Amino acid sequence: MMNAFDQPQTVLVLGGRSDIAHAIVRQLASPALKTVILAHRGGDAVAIDGLPEGVQVACVAFDATDHASHAAFVDRVVETNGDLDIVIQAFGQLGGPEVNTDPTAAGDLVDVNVTGAVSSGLAVAGQLRNQGHGVLVVLSSVAGVRTRPSNFVYGATKAGQDAFATGLGHALAGSGARVMTVRPGFVRSAMTEGMDEAPFACDPTDVAEAVAAGLRGHKSVVWAPGVLRYVFAVLRVVPGFVWRKLDR
Amino acid sequence: METEQRAFTGWGRTAPTTATLVRATADELAGDAILSGMIGDRGAIARGLGRSYGDPAQNGGGAVIELLPGADPIRLDTDAGVAHVDAGVSLDALLRTMVPRGWFVPVTPGTRFVTVGGAVACDIHGKNHHADGSFGAHCIRLGMMMADGSHRSITPDGDPALWSATIGGMGLTGLITDVAFNMIPIETRHCVVDTERVPNLDTLIEKMEASDHLYRYSVAWIDLVATGNSLGRSVLSMGNHASLDELRELNPKAATHPLDFDPPIFPDVPTGVPNVLNRLAVRAFNELWYRKTPKSRHGTESLTGFFHPLDMVGQWTRLYGSRGFLQYQFVVPFEAVDTMRTIVEKIADEGHASFLAVLKRFGAESGGLLSFPKPGWTLTLDLPAGVAGLGRLLTELDELVLGVGGRHYLAKDAFATPDVVRRGYPRLDEWKAIRDGVDPDGVWVSDQARRLDLV
Repeated sequence: MMNAFDQPQTVLVLGGRSDIAHAIVRQLASPALKTVILAHRGGDAVAIDGLPEGVQVACVAFDATDHASHAAFVDRVVETNGDLDIVIQAFGQLGGPEVNTDPTAAGDLVDVNVTGAVSSGLAVAGQLRNQGHGVLVVLSSVAGVRTRPSNFVYGATKAGQDAFATGLGHALAGSGARVMTVRPGFVRSAMTEGMDEAPFACDPTDVAEAVAAGLRGHKSVVWAPGVLRYVFAVLRVVPGFVWRKLDR
Repeated sequence: METEQRAFTGWGRTAPTTATLVRATADELAGDAILSGMIGDRGAIARGLGRSYGDPAQNGGGAVIELLPGADPIRLDTDAGVAHVDAGVSLDALLRTMVPRGWFVPVTPGTRFVTVGGAVACDIHGKNHHADGSFGAHCIRLGMMMADGSHRSITPDGDPALWSATIGGMGLTGLITDVAFNMIPIETRHCVVDTERVPNLDTLIEKMEASDHLYRYSVAWIDLVATGNSLGRSVLSMGNHASLDELRELNPKAATHPLDFDPPIFPDVPTGVPNVLNRLAVRAFNELWYRKTPKSRHGTESLTGFFHPLDMVGQWTRLYGSRGFLQYQFVVPFEAVDTMRTIVEKIADEGHASFLAVLKRFGAESGGLLSFPKPGWTLTLDLPAGVAGLGRLLTELDELVLGVGGRHYLAKDAFATPDVVRRGYPRLDEWKAIRDGVDPDGVWVSDQARRLDLV
């Protein structure tokens, strides 16, 4: 249960290796925090540093593409740990350059980033609705706001995940459960290692701070950094030839 | 019986959860079939008027039961001086019936808008705790609906274990349906009150130690914005019920209708107001409050003016804006008066403006295993929840309080952790064992119970 400062006791991370998710968990840590469940493929032990003493960290196996398992997975987690205060949907793949041309690779990417997000998101939503409280934090991306030629398949998956998340948020209105969609720009993390930085690049801690502020303010959408909201209000409507030029 | 899906918060308006509201009389709820059909795997909790500050009267995903008064909700046995009252009756309704007949409740908190059931479940206290103890100490019988749907009537002698788990048990042992308690006879609807301005904390502590026993009611309001030499400057207010002779002498006009009781109901503060109780406003208010009080005054005050000044403004907590607020109340033993002083200093130094800070001396325990009051100093402050760094400060204060054997009030709590409660309430395991005995399947459960691992 959340306390009066919206500090969670139990946090579930889907995509338990995510740097951004780890930074968010650190940001949400307080004396109230009891349990962090890191769910990822394989379920082997993952270290997360910077948590207060006494916080219990559990690692469990979770396969984003095994859609049929998601409902039972959430039930199991709840049986062991009780109500989920915050669930962070942080898994996702960037895909190599081949996803823009190879149908099989592109299909696999959609399978993780979209289908997995939808099926696990619905499984989580069922539990949050049942318990009458809780927030699903969905790590989307500005890449889905307007898809770029250089990574349009990845962008399309993020657009799908984003549309699902915002729609789910509306569907849950009145249930006590909420969804917060997070749209980071370029984040310096393991996923982007070796890539050229885009403008307004930020660190996982910046995203985490934006997420924590968004949770306190009960926001439904958060941009990180916040200025991207305005940048993309413009980029969304610039003519196609300009948009292509911007995508070097 | 009506049901509806609704979001609930406590009086501090933090941490909302959604549950099914069930409004019914005890008779309508009776019977195993109805109860089990209504309560799913998320259980149920009773809710009175929602004046607990945090989450003890909410139950995310489950049922929240608002127990409606039955056909004859208030039955006064004036020969025995005993009131038999349905749990859903408010002290406001009760006083409107009792006072004109010359009776008063044995304990009243700072508001009339609490129910009798809530008064038992939270084992509430008032300005007379040093003299009379808490509400539970005046109860002689409780009617309860148990987890299996059966009704029980319990007394302190007949059912000592269940009694001690239910007084102050936050509604987690069963649904309290009706309460019998001893009333106080009164001659007038006024109190004779001595009010005095006290320049600092040390003087206040001395005065309260020296004069508490001379008055049935005693409380001090502290200006927690003042620092330095004025640290802990306060207004001390002490009183007794006025006899008719005293009222004739001090307030002859009121003495013509000594037991008239019809307090006006004022309009609510509208929704959507921003947090206007900011540091500046609180500083101004506290300054004014202190200055407007004469150095010392001896006179009469009405029951409502003396006991329930904040009831004049409906929904006043909306003045704290959308983030809500929390109230922090703890007790430390008398011998730990220095810890209390340290805490006052810390709060004043940190500059978290507290609109209300109230100091009082507690008397004996009631025997409730989770009852809050025990002999010592209790300080209550309310603080806007949106202030940065407040969590860190309260965690520090928690340690100071627990370090000297103090504890926190569950009816105010919206921030404690399971560890804080376990250390503050050494008989928690005893309480859990009794509770598990009467509710093995966990039918009675609240958000607070989940948050604090009470069940």
